[in-house]
Amino acid sequence: MKARHKRAAFIIAGLIALAIAAMLVLNAFRSNLVFFYTPTQVVKGEAPQNTSFRIGGLVEQGSLRRTKNSLDIHFAVTDTINRVEVIYSGILPDLFKEDKGVVAQGKLDNNGLFHADQVLAKHDENYMPPEAAEALKQAAEINQKTSKSLVMPEAKP
Amino acid sequence: MPWFFAIATLLVLAGLYLSFFVAPTDFQQGEAYRIIFIHVPAAWMSMFIYLLMAAWAGFGLALNARLSFMMAQALAPTGTMFTFLALITGSLWGKPMWGAWWVWDARLTSELILLFLYIGYMALQSAFEDSRKADRASAVFLMVGAINVPIIYFSVKWWNTLHQGASVSLTKAPAMATIMLWGMLLMALAFWAYSIGVALWRVRCIIAERECEAGWLNNLREKE
Amino acid sequence: MHWQSFEAFIAMGGYGFYVWTSFGITALCCVFEVCQLRRRQQQLVLKEAT
Repeated sequence: MKARHKRAAFIIAGLIALAIAAMLVLNAFRSNLVFFYTPTQVVKGEAPQNTSFRIGGLVEQGSLRRTKNSLDIHFAVTDTINRVEVIYSGILPDLFKEDKGVVAQGKLDNNGLFHADQVLAKHDENYMPPEAAEALKQAAEINQKTSKSLVMPEAKP
Repeated sequence: MPWFFAIATLLVLAGLYLSFFVAPTDFQQGEAYRIIFIHVPAAWMSMFIYLLMAAWAGFGLALNARLSFMMAQALAPTGTMFTFLALITGSLWGKPMWGAWWVWDARLTSELILLFLYIGYMALQSAFEDSRKADRASAVFLMVGAINVPIIYFSVKWWNTLHQGASVSLTKAPAMATIMLWGMLLMALAFWAYSIGVALWRVRCIIAERECEAGWLNNLREKE
Repeated sequence: MHWQSFEAFIAMGGYGFYVWTSFGITALCCVFEVCQLRRRQQQLVLKEAT
């Protein structure tokens, strides 16, 4: 084996080792990269106990309560199946609204109340002018009404 | 080459006009969403340039073509710049909208890894004195690192991330008002033209520099 | 055109800082890269002259 070939083999072996290392790192990340748990996972007990984790879902409609004379905020995170009550004290991001996406970091106490120390807003990938959004909303409402009226007769046998 | 810069300038002007004067306000994010007009094209470029570099590196290894390696080398700083821009504009967008400059979610983390891959490639390229060896080693590095690009792209599908899904993709209708989409596409085309112009310019410099070096080495050998 | 005034355009609905910093950094990066390339080319010309 020539010296040149030896060196080439050495470099290639090094790079393969690097690739394997990278794969391992990415694999380790994979299990850790779950950015948040859904309320259903939390209720089922899949979320880590006693350590800080993130919970994600929608801010339940009508669940937002602010305490007078303090920054304490109380709301529920829902994935439409299960819900988790959250308490948070601090400033909320601009996009935080009821019925919108949210990700909160914190700990679950024994009563199932989630004490958040950071609240992030999660928005979707839709971009449109406000008028278009309004039109869509109205269309959805009309749709819902008609579908309800269509479903109603079947619903009561 | 000057043509690409002329085209890029025209496209940027048109893109900026659409982005700021024609595109309407967004229903959720107000005016802050206008960052999308550079954030998304920059992120696209960061991934695409990497794939292009990996392809040039593959060509170089397969055909033993030196110019092919030089093309990869010429694209690297531009790709790094776009990755950096995608991260920094994302950060400037995340702060007001999400409430955080940075979060360790899959999309953001894998994009950061992309930045390190670019830097690693350039470091490896400059670590060897023999440019042939540098070309080969860094080409293998590039091709191995290419697995990160699909990870970035699909991270929002594979894992729960704070980052939202893709607004524009080949498989579904864009989730964006048409005029906003046009602004973004124009900016993306402008970045394309700019990248081609810059890369061609840089590859010329690299060719001349390598020739210079080779000539200097020959002179040295003759003296010996 | 939906901007009421020049001030409103600069303010970007309260997000002026974020929007303009983003666009500003992008412009700076591009200008920097082009300047860097120009310098690289000039150095080459000097080298070839010697």
